Amino acid sequence: MMQIGLGHYLTVGAILFTLGVFGIFLNRKNVITILMSVELMLLAVNMNMVAFSTHLHDLAGQVFALFILTVAAAEAAIGLAIVVVFFRNRGSIEVEDINQMKG
Amino acid sequence: MIIQTLIFYVFAAITVAGGVMVVTARNPVHSVLFLILTFFTAAGLFILMGAEFLAMVLVVVYVGAVAVLFLFVVMMLDINYLKLREGFLQYLPTGVVIGLILLVELVMIAGKWVLSPASLESRAAPTPMLVKLTNTEALGQVLYTNYLYLFEAAGLVLLVAMIGAILLTHRVRPGVRRQKIVDQLARTKGNSLEIKKVPIGGGV
Repeated sequence: MMQIGLGHYLTVGAILFTLGVFGIFLNRKNVITILMSVELMLLAVNMNMVAFSTHLHDLAGQVFALFILTVAAAEAAIGLAIVVVFFRNRGSIEVEDINQMKG
Repeated sequence: MIIQTLIFYVFAAITVAGGVMVVTARNPVHSVLFLILTFFTAAGLFILMGAEFLAMVLVVVYVGAVAVLFLFVVMMLDINYLKLREGFLQYLPTGVVIGLILLVELVMIAGKWVLSPASLESRAAPTPMLVKLTNTEALGQVLYTNYLYLFEAAGLVLLVAMIGAILLTHRVRPGVRRQKIVDQLARTKGNSLEIKKVPIGGGV
């Protein structure tokens, strides 16, 4: 059996990040699923941070992952609040309907 | 060591499968539930890497707060989600192509990348030995000293997010019966009581 090292975790992170990008392209109409895809991408970034942190024995990576987590939570809260307000005003959350600010 | 390898592969497979289901699930509620599964197993991977504190924070913050928030919003909004999936197959090839390109790029970077031995000298916060301090203690000692200002800034970010979310979604709805204490105190006999003279035998 192979020893589990940095490369394995980086692979999982890369696959998760790709899935996030794929999800954004796939659910082009649904804002909520796009937000979930962004969360997946942030999770992948966090996984890379922690993998490097443990590989290099440097805690700064984990501290940074903590801050990424904070910003991700704030982003989800604000994003969902905007979705709720938008739904109240337009009765839809389709991305194509979000064009009121078009010049 | 074989058990660790096995656990890694099981958790990694569940994480990736959960991620696939998040982006392809037909029902957004299922999507959120698969997101929770993904975060749980990712927390397992974090524990496997030795970052217990972050694993616990991931479960508490993501599963306990963010995923529940998603679930609330998905269930609260009255949306025909099937209509939102129109064009799903039309976007599939583009998504697959771009995803593959990105994955190949990432793999190429990972394959060619080597760690310079000199980089170990420039570590910002070397991890103490596990026998001396646990991961949580070590993280706390670094977080509250070297990264104190960043930590406070993170708290500020959360405060701004909270105020923003409340401000965005708060609305004053007309026609809701609510206790207005000022109005109650301002009531006088003059504007709330009317005395009518009723003639005898006439009724009201």
